[in-house]
Amino acid sequence: MLRTTLLVLSVPLLSVSAFAQDEDLLKLLGGEDTVPVYTTASFKTTRVINGHSVENTAHGVLDFKIGHRFGTLEEGVSNFFGLDQATIRLGLDYGLTDRVMIGIGRSSYQKTVDGFVKYKFLRQCQEGCGMPVTAAFVASSAVNTTQQSDYWPDESKTYYFSNRMSYSFQLVVGRKFTESLTLQLTPGLVHRNLVTTVDEKNDVYNVGLSGRIKLSKRVSLNAEYFYVLPGQLLEPTAAELAADPNAGFKNSLSIGFDIETGGHVFQLHFTNSTGMFERAFITETTNSWSEGQIHYGFNISRVFTLHTPKKPKQI
Amino acid sequence: MILAYTDRRKTTDMNTVRTIIAVAALLPLATIAQDRYATRTGHITFTSETPVELIVGENNKVTSVFDATSGAIQFDVLIKAFEFEKALLQEHFNENYMESNTFPKASFKGKMTGVTAEQLKTAGTYEVLVEGELTIHGVMKPVKAKGTLVVDAAGGIKASSDFTVKPEDHGITIPSVVRKSIAEEVQVKVRLDYTKM
Repeated sequence: MLRTTLLVLSVPLLSVSAFAQDEDLLKLLGGEDTVPVYTTASFKTTRVINGHSVENTAHGVLDFKIGHRFGTLEEGVSNFFGLDQATIRLGLDYGLTDRVMIGIGRSSYQKTVDGFVKYKFLRQCQEGCGMPVTAAFVASSAVNTTQQSDYWPDESKTYYFSNRMSYSFQLVVGRKFTESLTLQLTPGLVHRNLVTTVDEKNDVYNVGLSGRIKLSKRVSLNAEYFYVLPGQLLEPTAAELAADPNAGFKNSLSIGFDIETGGHVFQLHFTNSTGMFERAFITETTNSWSEGQIHYGFNISRVFTLHTPKKPKQI
Repeated sequence: MILAYTDRRKTTDMNTVRTIIAVAALLPLATIAQDRYATRTGHITFTSETPVELIVGENNKVTSVFDATSGAIQFDVLIKAFEFEKALLQEHFNENYMESNTFPKASFKGKMTGVTAEQLKTAGTYEVLVEGELTIHGVMKPVKAKGTLVVDAAGGIKASSDFTVKPEDHGITIPSVVRKSIAEEVQVKVRLDYTKM
């Protein structure tokens, strides 16, 4: 009986709470719709420095990329610390959808034309789903277009156009850990149709490790390292090593800053690589950081919206 | 009440008590809920217009509840749900200005005056005044805006209001480089299709 009385007495109290003035009306709508929220802006642009980042050019956006590497710092004052020389790559990237982008580029390094397709097949999820990483697959090919006489001096041997071709395949896996920290792992394979000696491998397996730390809303510090598994590139001979203890191929290491100003992203960096496409910076880097053979360089990215898939309606 | 029917076989004593509880619990809902209106698909656009650039952001996922009896009105606006013509604008809006990872929502909590719950039961157009607290980018500011309610024959309410917001009032800093591209006063338009809860 006591329990009944208590229950009856408590009923008006419950009703009163519904009349309270300061209640949260929105709670009446119940739980929110769980729409998945995907992580955005893991990097400022689609390249970390030389290599691809997990970012894609958005659907309908054209990204004009100007890559520029000066000579090396160790050249000293006579070459104005490398500023007298320049290697460039001009590129155009375009987003076919938010997940698929294509791009072409022309480098002064070996007069190479390169093209790629990048497909983002996983998106890191911030809310409403459980995907911990963003992942993309990048397939690219490059053609050396130097004159045949420069490229193929021995005319007694049969020349094939395919000798000029090389390919690169990369799996780019990245995670934005916090607002400021993103880390990325990029296992990849560079295939060269032609190598100069039998000791070199046509297939070169490599792993890239890169990341960025945001220093402010518009500036980030980026770093990138490509490790080439041993025994694949041409090893220097004992005689070569005696002449130059630094002979042979090196892993690519680059450190720089991203500075974003509205429609542009400026990337300023130091790197020991000269070329700006995968075969060049992964398998053909000969400069050494320890010897001061460091290039100062920059990339400029300028985006143009060519097509707007989702145009906001003005009311 | 359903409880009371299904439990008929139990003791009369418990039955009576349950009926009382059920009726009493439903009573406030019956009297108040009738005059509450809500939407989950409200529409808010903002326009920043300068000679250099026109920026329009659009959000179709605004939630709002309006209590006609007390005049209380509330909004929740998910910042990431704003869409822009240019993907880069959307990224910069979230990353550099609204900091939507830190402040995922803008909200409004206030009171509507100028119309009674009784009036809203007949079709017509009513001019109202809305006053309350607008929180954007984690910074609250008291605001006042005029609005219009159009009640249709089916009892639904179309609400609209236009007002301006100054980004700097909400602690949103605009660097000098882009100062000419972003308006000091942003035009905000709210369009809601309320249905009775």
